[in-house]
Amino acid sequence: MTLIEFFIANQKDILGSLIRHFQLVGISVAAGMLIAIPLGIFLSRFQRFAPIILNFAGMIQTIPGLVMLGFALLLFGIGLLPALVVLSLYAVLPILHNTYTGITEVEKSYIEAARGIGMTDGQILYKVELPLALSSIVGGIRTSTVFTVSWATLAGLIGAGGLGDLIWTGLATYNTNYILAGAIPSAVVAVVLSGLIHLIQKKITPRGLKGVSA
Amino acid sequence: MIKFENVSKSYGESKVLKDLSFQINQGDFVVLIGPSGCGKTTTLRTINRLIEPDSGTIYIDGNDISALNPVELRRSIGYVIQQIGLFPNMTVEENIAVVPKLLKYPKEKWQPIVKDLLGLVGMPYDENAHKYPSELSGGQQQRIGVLRALAASPPIVLMDEPFGALDPITREALQEEVKRIQKKLKKTIVFVTHDMDEALKMADVIVFMSGGKILQMASPEELLQHPADPLISEFMGKHRGTVNINANLTAADFMKTRVLKASGSMQTLQSVELMRNRDVNSMIVLNEDDTYAGTVSLDTIKTHGKAGRAIGEFMETGVPTVNLKEDARETFEKLYTSPAGYVVVLNDDMSVAGLITKTSMAKAMGEALWGEMIS
Amino acid sequence: MTNLMPLILEHLMIVLIAAFIAVFIGVSLGILSYWVRYLDKAILWTAEIIQTIPNLALLAMLMIIFGLGNVTIIAGLVLYALLPIIRNTYIGLESVPSHLKDAARGMGMSRLQRLMKVEMPLSFPLVFSGIKLAVVNSLSIAVMGVLIGAGGLGYPIYRGIQTGSVERILTGAIPVVLMALILDYLMSKVEKRLVHKGTRG
Repeated sequence: MTLIEFFIANQKDILGSLIRHFQLVGISVAAGMLIAIPLGIFLSRFQRFAPIILNFAGMIQTIPGLVMLGFALLLFGIGLLPALVVLSLYAVLPILHNTYTGITEVEKSYIEAARGIGMTDGQILYKVELPLALSSIVGGIRTSTVFTVSWATLAGLIGAGGLGDLIWTGLATYNTNYILAGAIPSAVVAVVLSGLIHLIQKKITPRGLKGVSA
Repeated sequence: MIKFENVSKSYGESKVLKDLSFQINQGDFVVLIGPSGCGKTTTLRTINRLIEPDSGTIYIDGNDISALNPVELRRSIGYVIQQIGLFPNMTVEENIAVVPKLLKYPKEKWQPIVKDLLGLVGMPYDENAHKYPSELSGGQQQRIGVLRALAASPPIVLMDEPFGALDPITREALQEEVKRIQKKLKKTIVFVTHDMDEALKMADVIVFMSGGKILQMASPEELLQHPADPLISEFMGKHRGTVNINANLTAADFMKTRVLKASGSMQTLQSVELMRNRDVNSMIVLNEDDTYAGTVSLDTIKTHGKAGRAIGEFMETGVPTVNLKEDARETFEKLYTSPAGYVVVLNDDMSVAGLITKTSMAKAMGEALWGEMIS
Repeated sequence: MTNLMPLILEHLMIVLIAAFIAVFIGVSLGILSYWVRYLDKAILWTAEIIQTIPNLALLAMLMIIFGLGNVTIIAGLVLYALLPIIRNTYIGLESVPSHLKDAARGMGMSRLQRLMKVEMPLSFPLVFSGIKLAVVNSLSIAVMGVLIGAGGLGYPIYRGIQTGSVERILTGAIPVVLMALILDYLMSKVEKRLVHKGTRG
């Protein structure tokens, strides 16, 4: 059976895995954003906590994905939830890091000017700091998404489904078609999502911040 | 009217403001100046409560500002900083309108303001309103910075070394524009600088600070004529000459002191070499006791000199001499009648103090009129 | 613990072999993108796309080509390591101050001489930090080798997952994380020294 025939014959399975993969990525990146952006803003207000939390998050990042999934499996058992917990955890760090540095690297003169003309702390955050940090934050979301698409292929290992499932089946039975049916779509998903977010990032960067580095 | 009453501020051990009391009248252009660390910027920043004093009270129009909401206070005071601080994510129009928008002006109200203000600095609305700060030159950016401070028509505008980062030509243009705008709109401006030129040009009142205290608060004219402290005179350096124009100038004021002198026993070739090295064509000859003996020029050596002769043997004595304390006018006359084109200035003990050439005279006159010359 | 040492060594061997190959290819491609202007975008994009492909997907596809074993994981690690090395080489060479490049050209150096005597030495600190990033990442990715029949510390981790043994997972995971931290620390020290040397000159 050629690869194309295989794709057609198994389109339901492949499509199902693809949708599940998107769910895994979508939910964990969303969860990562919900945790990381507020936490990043918090850390930028209370910078003395920043080194501890950022270093801790960095440590977690160096633990191989396989190990984290293994622990999740042993702690929470097989299924969707442990996979989502681990993937969300991995999604947090890049967004957290970029939110924090994006805000803290806003030039002090802008903050000084904003305060001097009478903006409240909240207005400074919403009108000056966040808009200027936005591009960096979206960059973090892009990194997180690429990571999560990758780690989500491992989630098949603990029964969470997704395109990884097809790869696992292929590896276990040494079936090239299965491997490619999982690998190619997941690679395409990663590249396309990364490209899309990159486009969004360019689109939302104000004209005034492009080209010339301020 | 802004009034400081016994205002003090310390950072740890160091006192930046020491019991400051003074008053700024409405419509005045007040310049705070002094050496770095004198407390001028701190003083400025207490007015819009970016810095809170440790003790003392600041009143604006009779209201104690510590009782006001700092955010509302700042919206009622314009603020311009050296780094300009235009928000790079906003267009020129959005930057100028930022305070009116904070004050919830409707668009029909703030847009004409933006147009008027841009017109005020000769930047047409259609060409400039939708540009981003990064698309403007430094001078244009700071013009917008000034307009942003004026947009909500605050009676008071604070400026913290606003032109410090601009090139001299742009700086001068902006100084004139701001002065013109201030007069036209009758703003009270408090302006920090460390540049005395700028202070003299812009100020109605100069507040000279040092070590957290006011050394003198006076009009530029008064400050020039009667500096209250040696530090102020020193700070004004080159400007002192402007008042000396009518004082009793003497020969000492015009002479140059770096002159080539040699003993009469020096031999011809050596003296020629010395003059060549210094790129001059004559030198002063001294007696054994260092008193003035005469002069010798390259020309004389060429016509009379032979190698190995002492220059004292054929020196000239016809060059006019003046005493150090000789009146300027007398000196001037002698210089113009001198066949050599210069006069020698002598101390009371007849030793040589310097000499006056037409160039050194012209330079000294220029400095007395316009301040220090570059070369 | 007695049978752990061979696994650690094998893991390290895999990473180091991959690193050497990646440095060779990556630096060459970095120089190529610097020299041949119209290639720079294509090379960097390709490297970035490879970097984006999920680990498991890339390794599984490589397995189809190279079969089960260490060669496949080494190939995968090389591919992942390319981006940081190419990018840093390219940026490093690009950011050598133009007056130095001019001076070198003015002295009559050939393109290769300029590269070897001026441009590469000046960009080396940046190239090195690219290598550091690649090596530290590789240590972690190499764990996945077990899934395609390679050796190293992935084995105890995978066995641990299969048998539900935290102890076994940790036997593999702790050395991996420790090696990553130690190598990161050591290479950061070298990096700092390189930068210092650069600014002193």
